[in-house]
Amino acid sequence: MTDFRMPSLGADMEDGKLVEWLKHPGDALKRGDILAVVETQKGAIEIEVFEDGVLEESLIAPGAVLPVGAVMARIRGSGMSAAAPHPAPSAPVPAAMAPTPPPPAPATSMRTTPAARRLAAERAIDLSKVLGTGPGGSITREDVESLVATTAPAPSSMRQAIAAAMARSKREIPHYYLAHTIDVSAAQTWLSQQNALRAPAERLLLGALQVKATALALREFPDFNGFFDKDAFQPSADIHVGVAIAIRGGGLAAPAIHNAADLTIDDLMAKTRDLVRRVRAGRFRSSEIADPTITVTSLGDRGVESVWGVIYPPQVAIVGFGKAIEKPWIVAGEIKPRPAVTISLAGDHRVSDGHAGALFLQRIGELLSAPAAL
Amino acid sequence: MTKDDLLAIIADELGRIAPEVAFNSVSLDDAIQAAFDIDSMDFLNFIIALHERTGVNVPEADYARMRTIASAHAYLQERLGI
Repeated sequence: MTDFRMPSLGADMEDGKLVEWLKHPGDALKRGDILAVVETQKGAIEIEVFEDGVLEESLIAPGAVLPVGAVMARIRGSGMSAAAPHPAPSAPVPAAMAPTPPPPAPATSMRTTPAARRLAAERAIDLSKVLGTGPGGSITREDVESLVATTAPAPSSMRQAIAAAMARSKREIPHYYLAHTIDVSAAQTWLSQQNALRAPAERLLLGALQVKATALALREFPDFNGFFDKDAFQPSADIHVGVAIAIRGGGLAAPAIHNAADLTIDDLMAKTRDLVRRVRAGRFRSSEIADPTITVTSLGDRGVESVWGVIYPPQVAIVGFGKAIEKPWIVAGEIKPRPAVTISLAGDHRVSDGHAGALFLQRIGELLSAPAAL
Repeated sequence: MTKDDLLAIIADELGRIAPEVAFNSVSLDDAIQAAFDIDSMDFLNFIIALHERTGVNVPEADYARMRTIASAHAYLQERLGI
């Protein structure tokens, strides 16, 4: 009999609240099955089991709050441990802050600007309580702001988790920053050719190529892949790329795509699409949240030119991709318009230096410029 | 499938992607990406869902015609011949 315990999903996690059991006593369990959903400061996390067995008994009811390490259930079978095996001896601060469910859509059909809706969702403001002063009584961002100013709600638990991780990062990690702008016309042309032949469900996006190029480059630059723990860098043999995903209503999560360098571009795209869908719906798995070895953040086609990331402790690097922008580019002595992307790196100076960082970014750029080989 | 059915599918799928946005609070002529805060991955999921539900495979070359709800509705009607 093995005890299944409340897992630690970050150094700052003290307890978790059981939302629901997804398995019941007598159910067979296979490695990777989701046993329960637990609400933490970081949001709702699906807790997986890592060995086969049978659920003997569940010891707590939904709604119960248990400290990390407390027994939640007993499992019959081979020696079974609770939750994700942890890559770093001391639990990392959450790379990812899981979502709380998005607030419900307003029940009324009032006219509201997108900016006002976003702000209302971020601050959990009920739009039906906002007096619209825009054209035809529509609600503007300013209307929501004026209500926010008078109500001043407490920051959400997710915002507190982000604040704790980022404050620790800025306090402890001596960041250095580098950027490298490349012509992505080869990647875009290759994507267009590929996608013209593919049904929508098989289409690829530039973001998948960026994650793959970063993962492949990490094989040659291991000083950017791993954890800084107990005053020493522990490189990771595995390359688990955390992908920063904006959560609707505010906040972000950066769950991992495991072994990203080994995936085909099609598999990597499928996993990314699945991850985005689940994260936005407020669900991801304990193994995904606990162990990214680096983070990639891409601001996408509605973003800006470049991003200066904050490293998620205990990781030691974050790679950013700005949106593709048409720029004048010198090609064989002539000025040509080319789509350009700025790749950025925030590195941990306790582990690496700018020279290695520059070579790492250049290698990512080279790999992205030969997309068929990714 | 009627024109109304088609609009309901568009509303339903945008609602899945952006549940916090009330469909009837958005003008049919607003840009979908801005009104529903949709990035390229969300947009691809929208195109995939339309393909599954209507059978219309929207090529990337026609994405520009899917810019607003009204233009997407008109484009899908044209492709379906309704």
